Amino acid sequence: MHTERKNKLFKQSAIWGFIVIELVFFSIAGHFLSVSDKAFMDGANMLLLFKQSAPIGIIALGMTIVMINGNIDLSVGATYALCAIVMLDSMTWPIFAGLGDWVIPVAWLLALGTGMVLGLINGLIVWKTGVDAFIVTLGSMLGFRGLVFMYNGEQPTSHLNWTLVDIAEADLFGIETPTIVFVVFTILIWLLMSKTVHGRNAYAIGDNREAAVNAGIRVGPHMVWNFVLIGFLAALSAVVFYSASGSVNPNDGTLYELWVITAVVLGGTKLTGGSGSVISTFGGVIAIQLLRKGLGHIGADTAMVNLVIGLILIAVLFLDKQLNRKGREELKI
Amino acid sequence: MIAQKPALRLEGIVKTFPGVRALDGVSFEVMPGEVHALLGENGAGKSTLMKVLGGIYQPDDGTIFIDEAPVTMGSPLDAKAKGVVFIHQELSLADELSVAENIYLGELPTKSFGRVDWDSLHSNSAAILKRLNCKFTPQTIVGDLSIANKQMVEIARALTVDAKAVIFDEPTASLTDAEKVVLFDIISDLSRQGVGIVYISHRMDEIFTISTKISVLRDGEYRGSLATAETNEDEVTQLMIGRSLDLGQKVEHAQTGKVAIEVRNLSCGSLYHDVSFKVRSGEVVGFYGLVGAGRTEIAETLFGLRNPTDGTIHLDGEEVRIHSPVDAIRHGISLVPEDRKGQGLVLGMNCRDNMTLPQVADLTAGPFVSDGAEIAIFDQYRDKLAIKTPSWRQRVGNLSGGNQQKIVIGKWLSMAPKVLIVDEPTRGIDVGSKSEIHNLIRDLAKQGYAVIVISSEMPEVLRVSDRVVAMFHGEIIREFTSEEVTEDNLVQAISGIRSDKVA
Repeated sequence: MHTERKNKLFKQSAIWGFIVIELVFFSIAGHFLSVSDKAFMDGANMLLLFKQSAPIGIIALGMTIVMINGNIDLSVGATYALCAIVMLDSMTWPIFAGLGDWVIPVAWLLALGTGMVLGLINGLIVWKTGVDAFIVTLGSMLGFRGLVFMYNGEQPTSHLNWTLVDIAEADLFGIETPTIVFVVFTILIWLLMSKTVHGRNAYAIGDNREAAVNAGIRVGPHMVWNFVLIGFLAALSAVVFYSASGSVNPNDGTLYELWVITAVVLGGTKLTGGSGSVISTFGGVIAIQLLRKGLGHIGADTAMVNLVIGLILIAVLFLDKQLNRKGREELKI
Repeated sequence: MIAQKPALRLEGIVKTFPGVRALDGVSFEVMPGEVHALLGENGAGKSTLMKVLGGIYQPDDGTIFIDEAPVTMGSPLDAKAKGVVFIHQELSLADELSVAENIYLGELPTKSFGRVDWDSLHSNSAAILKRLNCKFTPQTIVGDLSIANKQMVEIARALTVDAKAVIFDEPTASLTDAEKVVLFDIISDLSRQGVGIVYISHRMDEIFTISTKISVLRDGEYRGSLATAETNEDEVTQLMIGRSLDLGQKVEHAQTGKVAIEVRNLSCGSLYHDVSFKVRSGEVVGFYGLVGAGRTEIAETLFGLRNPTDGTIHLDGEEVRIHSPVDAIRHGISLVPEDRKGQGLVLGMNCRDNMTLPQVADLTAGPFVSDGAEIAIFDQYRDKLAIKTPSWRQRVGNLSGGNQQKIVIGKWLSMAPKVLIVDEPTRGIDVGSKSEIHNLIRDLAKQGYAVIVISSEMPEVLRVSDRVVAMFHGEIIREFTSEEVTEDNLVQAISGIRSDKVA
């Protein structure tokens, strides 16, 4: 009797089923409505899709583990912008002048380190004060964004280094750097959450914190680690994206937290913690990007895209609730 | 005398779920003024029957009659309107609202433009509270009431309609003995007023105190009714589980070894003070007392969830300081908590992961958790404790209470503890599994564990303990050996009567 397993598999595959429906729909609809004569499921188009989903996707991996742990992080968009500034600006600092192109890895490390420190701050505050993560990171979202504006006012921070751009746009068999980073980290985080002690304990804490404490699990350090990880991943996302673009506006990354949460929730991770998977989050990220591209393909504008994504998010979660209730004998509350 | 019509009658109720025939033609009736106990092991179909009655499920076949008129229950609200009301084990009150608002929640009396008619709300509520002999006013905020009083509000809520039948589902789970007496008074009052009462409970003593008739369900079938006055616990148990069971029998006590844990003058603020006791390995010490006597708080202190304000804890003769469950576990102290689902288990996780939760950090191969090592531990304790589950992949939330408790116990045994503290070992567990858990506790002592059992059920304490510690208001009143202890002197001790005063 492996109904549990089947159930889990079905739940995870729901998002993939949704992706298949999107692909079929846009291919057929595109045939009649598309402004261009290129097919929707064109190889280059699909590769572009993965590359475009990477910035949100990499952060969504972090959001998944924080949410499984029973917390949330609203400061990721601001963290993303601040780390981008640190990376681009540090390459112009006089102390690194003698490094030549070796300034690139230094700038990367500085950016990633900044992300981890910001995450550490969030994590320590949540742990030590016991204030809800939603409130703490709402505060830090405003605070970190404040730092972004203090840095350069309303001005964009720019630095173009062609070697950096080359690395960022390099490809392996046509798959570009952002896609590779996204896929590799999806696998790494999946391993972390499903195979390691930290992952196991994070699920337990998110599901039933009291029982986890009673089993001798140190709840605080696990939470802090997850915040450090999401800080790192937000920074990594910035590194991947801004290495190519070379210029960051102080408003960049605004609302990223909401897009990220949308993708994670669409992938089936619960806001209440204790369940979810980064693989499904990967699906959620792809589904959203597919929807954007697909709607663009058949000629819808951005306003329309947002409206449709919003409706679909609610529809998918409603469906999920219906499917789950059927299996169990839940009360009609 | 004219033959009375039943207040509530169920006839041939059938309810099937995919793969399960949960109710197989159950018939059952409650006369006005009767207190009818409904018994059955977990999974016997009691809750399904109640959900059918409450309009949550629709029966596949069969009819419900109220005053001999056939009715269909469309929803819980519909059931209430027709005079069938439920008092659930879990309270569902809005803590921030007043008593009156809670009583009439969802059906507040209104004046024009939807304004609340506070005057009639408060006077109606006051009338109901008076009927229940409640001491608090309708304006009291529910959050400020004790659990027992909250339950009164729940009952008051049931009485806003002209109730034909009131169903009490495990109403005493969170009540103290004194509060139970009040509840029983109210139940008898209601029955005297001609209301039919259905009383569901696992506790035999309560059923024999309160009920006039006992009906038993087993495997979704009605197994018969007995008049309470003409039967006894053995007969009822036999009907319930289909075999006889010697619950009252005292078990053989084992040889005890050296002192495993000693507590000296332990105090924790106002919760308990100056508590001293010893537990030897191979011994079961039962802690008996009223709810709030400080027993659970002592257990929490030993397990590092509370810091003592004074006193010392000694393990194997050495003083230890325990600041967290991590420390406690390292020293070999384990706690099977009172609230299995809330404090003991991660319900969304499977059986194996729950069992290995405290030691998963030691079961790694390289950076990853070793599946094989975990399954080996699970298999070992599944066999040892006879845990019934189709596979380790089963989610713990889907197991029966008895098997869930065994998972928690297995979790700690696999850590090889010296001291095992079991708080309310059989709360919410059906009779059949109860004796199994009792035997298990005796067995563990025989294997050399020092076991502390905290229980509010006297038969349980008397059955499993080598020594009984009676507590009252945060103090140890008296310690009994298993030869000395009787129901009478134990009741006296937990009411605060010291042995010297008795003599």
